[in-house]
Amino acid sequence: MATPATTDEAMTTPQPEIPGGWSDFYDNRIDPIIRYAKRNPPLIVGLSLLSVLMIFVGLGHLFYDHEQFRPLSAPTREAPSWEYPFGTDTQGRDLFAVAIRGTPLTLRIGLIAGSVAVIVGTVVAFLAAYYRGWVDSLVRLFVDVGLTIPPLLILVLIAINISGGLTVDQMGLAIATVAWVFPARTIRAQVLVLREKSYVEIARLSGSSGLSIIFKEMMPNLIPYITASFVTSVAAGILASIGLEAIGLGPFDSPTLGMTIFWNIQFSSIILGMWWWWLPPVITIIFVFVGLFMISAGLDEWSNPRLRKSV
Amino acid sequence: MVSPAAETASEHDEITRPQTRLQVLRSAGFMAVALALYRSYVFRRFFFLLFVIWVAATVIFLIPRLSGQDPVKEKLLLEAQRGGALQSGLDDIAKTYQARLGLDQPLLVQYRNYLYDLVRFDLGPSISFFPRSVNSIIADSIIWSIGLLGTTIILGFVIGTLAGALLGWPRSHGSLQFLFMPFLTLAAIPQYLLGIILVFVFSASWALLPSFGAYSPGTLPEWSFGFVLEVLEHSILPGLALLLGALGFWAVGMRGMMINNQGEDFMIQADAKGLKSRRIFFRYGVRNAMLPQVTGLALALGTLFTGAILIERIFLYPGLGDILFQAIRLSDFFVIRGIVMTVIVSVAVATFLLDVLYPYLDPRVKYTQA
Repeated sequence: MATPATTDEAMTTPQPEIPGGWSDFYDNRIDPIIRYAKRNPPLIVGLSLLSVLMIFVGLGHLFYDHEQFRPLSAPTREAPSWEYPFGTDTQGRDLFAVAIRGTPLTLRIGLIAGSVAVIVGTVVAFLAAYYRGWVDSLVRLFVDVGLTIPPLLILVLIAINISGGLTVDQMGLAIATVAWVFPARTIRAQVLVLREKSYVEIARLSGSSGLSIIFKEMMPNLIPYITASFVTSVAAGILASIGLEAIGLGPFDSPTLGMTIFWNIQFSSIILGMWWWWLPPVITIIFVFVGLFMISAGLDEWSNPRLRKSV
Repeated sequence: MVSPAAETASEHDEITRPQTRLQVLRSAGFMAVALALYRSYVFRRFFFLLFVIWVAATVIFLIPRLSGQDPVKEKLLLEAQRGGALQSGLDDIAKTYQARLGLDQPLLVQYRNYLYDLVRFDLGPSISFFPRSVNSIIADSIIWSIGLLGTTIILGFVIGTLAGALLGWPRSHGSLQFLFMPFLTLAAIPQYLLGIILVFVFSASWALLPSFGAYSPGTLPEWSFGFVLEVLEHSILPGLALLLGALGFWAVGMRGMMINNQGEDFMIQADAKGLKSRRIFFRYGVRNAMLPQVTGLALALGTLFTGAILIERIFLYPGLGDILFQAIRLSDFFVIRGIVMTVIVSVAVATFLLDVLYPYLDPRVKYTQA
């Protein structure tokens, strides 16, 4: 319970110099966060799940020889032992090293896809909702079409047409090209609501420029929605990447979670009883998805106080 | 668009009290106008369907052109690497194939031919199984996909919605609440992971159920009781994986909607009228909370279809997903393109049908938006 609270604090509060010293700082800054965290258990659970993964990856990078993630670097088909804590696979990868190297790669795909998608989506949403007119009609048409076409299929086409297959970063970018529609839709709806608020009206009447209204008046109120869209997009990006990898369109030389799943299916590890091969990626993926899901549920509570049962 | 005619009609209705013949005629006219506009909604929605398919077809046409790769040559190179075929005549072979497939013509002519073929539902020949058409390959496999997917989407939606409604209903038994966390987890994790876990539990550990295929290897498909049983047995695990994921997803959504409904005036009124609990639950609670679920179903269809493709890949179930995987392995571009197009069209048509049926579920939509 302690870990996520501290990460939360590290993330959200800069360290200001308050004259009252530590106790004042605690009362003003840390205590409200802890009290808020107690009220929002999904956020805590979500952040802890992801923290556990990050700590595992971090410690692994520091204390374990993680270069053995390549095939033929270890004896094949060994059950877990002191030497190989997660065992080895049919092609002689050290699966502990695979877990250490692969988890951040998969998260990286999700982060690239999620951040590009949210940035593009936000810009498009603002263009559409703030300026309206034909821009808005065009964006709405694009978004409606994009929501009907399953993104994975377009990704399949992109992936088979890139010779030599996608690298990890290319995969993130490719996913972003189809993933921006959802954030664009959510944020556009919010901008439309904000546009009609009286404080925006006042800012407009007092002669603020469009950009100043967007950044000074609207952005602060949109941050919760943008953050929530970001978390959802990261999850969607990871989901799409694992899907692509499972049907054999992933980066074959990278030990991502999805590629590990792919090799598992390819060599039918489940039927062969090699539980140590498929279990770690499955558990890691469950941690990632449940973690992101919980965080987005927690953010929902933050941005939509009406959902609160007790204050 | 509706408003001028509709409003005057309703105003008159209020003013003229007695049921005159004129009024009956007028309300009949009102119905006719409403019906026409509703039809126009269907038509507009239908044009949007065509537009979506056209955009998808164009994107599918353009992506390979943008990458500048040649599917035929790519395939031949792969074959040459694998089978050690003659490297020297490769360019000539490629040219012959390209001429035969019309790939040597100008881009716009190719685009026209491609759209023309698409309108006739002709997806072209397969490269790997050359004389065979993509249509026949897809026709053989799509039945399996439709069976698996149709059953699980409908079952998952119905059971999940009901379970979610019970979870969000304050009068249901308290022990039900323990189901919430499992449902949340099921909703969050991808279905193919459930598939892996199910194979481990039911096939690898206990050897209760077959882990791959739609029927045992060596059996010939035929219409007999034994064969149907065998197919059912093979479909349990992939079906269960799809079903459990969908169940969690719909239950979590429905629970939220039911809880939101609780404070609404119509719920309090129904309670105050002393209606039976069962009636309040179905006619007032579920009836209203279900509407966003149906909208959600229309939005989730694409995800559900692609989820099923991955499940078929894991279970080697001979539907579209398995064929897609084979085609990717053999880099058979035309089959891949055909499957992508088929799935996009199916999702678009299914979404269209749901959108058109929606006004029947939500009477408010019929006259205002239609």
